[in-house]
Amino acid sequence: MANVIFYILAVIALTSALMVVTRKNAVTSAVYLIVTMCAIAGLFVQLGAVFIAALQIIIYAGAIMVLFLFVIMLLNLRKDEFGFDTRVFQRLFAGLLGIVLLVQLIMVVSRLPVVAGQPVDTEMGRVAPLATKFFTQYLYPFEIISVLLLAAIIGAVVIAKKKMGK
Amino acid sequence: MAPLSYYLILSAMLFTIGVWGVLRNRNALIIFMSIELMLNAVNITLMAFSSFLKDFSGQVFVFLVMAIAAAEVAVGLAIIVSIFRVKESINVDDVNLMKW
Repeated sequence: MANVIFYILAVIALTSALMVVTRKNAVTSAVYLIVTMCAIAGLFVQLGAVFIAALQIIIYAGAIMVLFLFVIMLLNLRKDEFGFDTRVFQRLFAGLLGIVLLVQLIMVVSRLPVVAGQPVDTEMGRVAPLATKFFTQYLYPFEIISVLLLAAIIGAVVIAKKKMGK
Repeated sequence: MAPLSYYLILSAMLFTIGVWGVLRNRNALIIFMSIELMLNAVNITLMAFSSFLKDFSGQVFVFLVMAIAAAEVAVGLAIIVSIFRVKESINVDDVNLMKW
């Protein structure tokens, strides 16, 4: 049963990921990316991490994708903006490199020892142990992330604002 | 749940699709979405190992990756908007002044 759910979510994630990279229109790509994010959130639930799955939907499918769609609307693109590289050689080469990378990654995975599936551990979904990790072992990364987000907000405003006097 | 290697192979496939998208597309927005796809593929790996090893550190890393992705998207989209103001285009081939 658990395997069936995994297969369904994996197929949804992979097909919509393929649609993201093959569609010409950026809005279509963005909507398919939301589908991928939601399928990945489903996989996180299956792994027992309910809290991170909720974060995945709120941050990725919510905040980040809204930002993407907002910028797509803001840019007001012409029709010819959409599209791929017209050079056939480069597209073929991209596909070839992709296949080589996939083969390499699968070879790495196949060298790992086989780990059978386990029953879902509901303990993994609890927030309290995660928070304890954050405020003891990973305190400095947590604080640095807040500084990074502040720097990113200020940087985004500075980069995107119109230059005065032009 | 499914065996560990299933999650790793799914993650490898999603990562490859993301790399393929970066190599294939000329639209800067779709390239950014492909990068998000790659980050998510790595998140699946971290979460799968976290869950199979019963260690919360993997979830901490997923959390950090999400925060970095948010920061990266904010700055990246600001750069795209500012390039669009100058070039009237988001085709990455039009932004080639730094290319040798």
